[in-house]
Amino acid sequence: MIDTYTTAPKRAEAGLLARFADNERWLSRVMLAPAILYIVLLVGFPFLLSLFYSLSSVTVASREIHFVGLENFRRIVESGTFWLSLKNTILITVISQFFVIVFANILAMALLVDFRVKWFVRFLILLPWVAPISLGSIGWLWIFDSIYSIINWTVRVIGLFGPNFWPIWLGQPDLAIASIIIVNVWRIVPLATVIVLAGLTSIPKDIHDAAAVDGAGFWRRHFQITAPLIMPITLVALLFGIIFTFTDLIVVFVLTRGGPYDQTQVIASWAYFTGIQGGDLAGGAAISLFLFPVLVAVAVLFLWFARRAEVT
Amino acid sequence: MATVEARNLTKLFDQVHAVDGINLLAQEGEFLVLLGPSGCGKTTLMRLIAGLERPTKGDIAIDGKVVTDLPPRARNIAMVFQSYALYPHLTVERNISFPLRAVGMPKGQIREKVEWAAQMFGIERFLDRKPRQLSGGERQRVALARAVVREPVVFLLDEPLSNLDAKLRNSARDELKQFQRSLGTTTIYVTHDQAEAMGLGDRIAVLNQGKVIQIGTPQEIYGSPMDTFVATFIGSPPMNLIEDGGTWLGFRPEALLPKEVEPDGDNMNFRLRITRIEYLGADRLVYGVIEGRTPEAHVISKIPTNIRIELAAGQGYDFVLRKQDIQRFDRHSSLRLNGGAT
Repeated sequence: MIDTYTTAPKRAEAGLLARFADNERWLSRVMLAPAILYIVLLVGFPFLLSLFYSLSSVTVASREIHFVGLENFRRIVESGTFWLSLKNTILITVISQFFVIVFANILAMALLVDFRVKWFVRFLILLPWVAPISLGSIGWLWIFDSIYSIINWTVRVIGLFGPNFWPIWLGQPDLAIASIIIVNVWRIVPLATVIVLAGLTSIPKDIHDAAAVDGAGFWRRHFQITAPLIMPITLVALLFGIIFTFTDLIVVFVLTRGGPYDQTQVIASWAYFTGIQGGDLAGGAAISLFLFPVLVAVAVLFLWFARRAEVT
Repeated sequence: MATVEARNLTKLFDQVHAVDGINLLAQEGEFLVLLGPSGCGKTTLMRLIAGLERPTKGDIAIDGKVVTDLPPRARNIAMVFQSYALYPHLTVERNISFPLRAVGMPKGQIREKVEWAAQMFGIERFLDRKPRQLSGGERQRVALARAVVREPVVFLLDEPLSNLDAKLRNSARDELKQFQRSLGTTTIYVTHDQAEAMGLGDRIAVLNQGKVIQIGTPQEIYGSPMDTFVATFIGSPPMNLIEDGGTWLGFRPEALLPKEVEPDGDNMNFRLRITRIEYLGADRLVYGVIEGRTPEAHVISKIPTNIRIELAAGQGYDFVLRKQDIQRFDRHSSLRLNGGAT
């Protein structure tokens, strides 16, 4: 019987790679590393740098940096353009997101129904999202052009405008803001539609059937069953929309460059014009930091609300 | 209380006949069970009656009036879904009162009705909870309360017990039958579970491939099945079918017993070589091959445990079958040939 144990059983030898792949402690660290590296180098470092800049006197013209405390912030708060930019940013975000949610709901419900060329319509709806924002905005620049505006020509041919009515879309402050809102809605709606559509498809068919049998018509079914059920995911769409619109600089930059007379300036564009084009790096950094608390508040608020409203 | 009638009802899904020319009449106050294997069209038939699907051809009549073109909410029916389909974001109270609020009933009356329905199913304690805080059995009661609360003329129940565990299912079956009796509302009940169908139904409609194969009381369905499909679909284990010339010879497993149990009488005798014995507590299931027959005839005998005759696998025994328990089916049309035993 002793003989049985004289030859030790051959141990299964795992290769180096296999041993590493089975070591969850190290594997998880290695897999998380790229994301952490990305956040530290491309988000964290610039953020800290701009914090530092905003408290200094740095400009593109001088190599000297002095600590100036909150001087930059005082300057910004005292300027009228800042308050106008803040007002514009909030106005554009709120109005555009209202339309985004309304249109996204309508489109998502339309896409829920089966029809023949659904894949093509889905593709068309997604197109604004996959196209680069700058290219899309340049397209809109032509649509809003003061002479060639396709909107104006079309409406004139139909005969809705009188002979002397010719709106200069990007030249009148209120129309320019409206134009920026339109482009932002056009840009965000696809993403919101896809998100809302995912929410709608996650509602079991039985629930709609039950509501139909229980005597609910279309509106009651939508506002008492569907809308509350997709509320959490709608909030996610809204959160993305707010962040994208609030921080966007490209649409304003391409369409109006903040004009006429800074009337359509938003915080992001004004920070860019001050810091990069104006050379006042410290001022630009300070302006852009005003985005931060607002976005943090929005993110925390919505994540909290989305979790609370979760349904199983 | 109303009759429900399907007149030559047909529903096509992509050229497939989900429901194929069904004629069916549920009497006033009747508990009618639609029974069939999955994919037989029973749920589609129920959804057609509810108005959730539009028929390709044919009509639905409730209480003699054709309702084919009416939307679900105009039919005054209530439906309980397999998943219960409770509104997850609403409290139990709001779930139950939903159909009442949809018709704009005054608040005070709604409260009375909800209390009445909640009391009927013993769920008063849960009125403030959300569905996710309830157990499966409690959810099912809420779904029933929601169906009952507006006193519809017809109940449609789509496998309402299949999500409950086996123990709960028996007691729920009993309660369901009692409450249906006390309300006297016409009820159409879809299931694939024959025990449920036999236990609940005043009548059973057996469906297969979109057609009603047989409709009758549980006794008629079990005792004189119309064809070999019904014969083998109903009963567990199914009816034995052995080839006999141009016919199938059919008999229930419990009709085939060892010769010692019934040595005399007008019997058919078989020599059975036992291949396997299953002990199921109340019964023994004896699987065997009848000797001297080509092709081989595999049969099952169901012997109550209180018949304590010693049997062993691998050996041959004499079994008997009372002639009156034998049914014959045509080999080609598979329809029953004689009048049946009951």
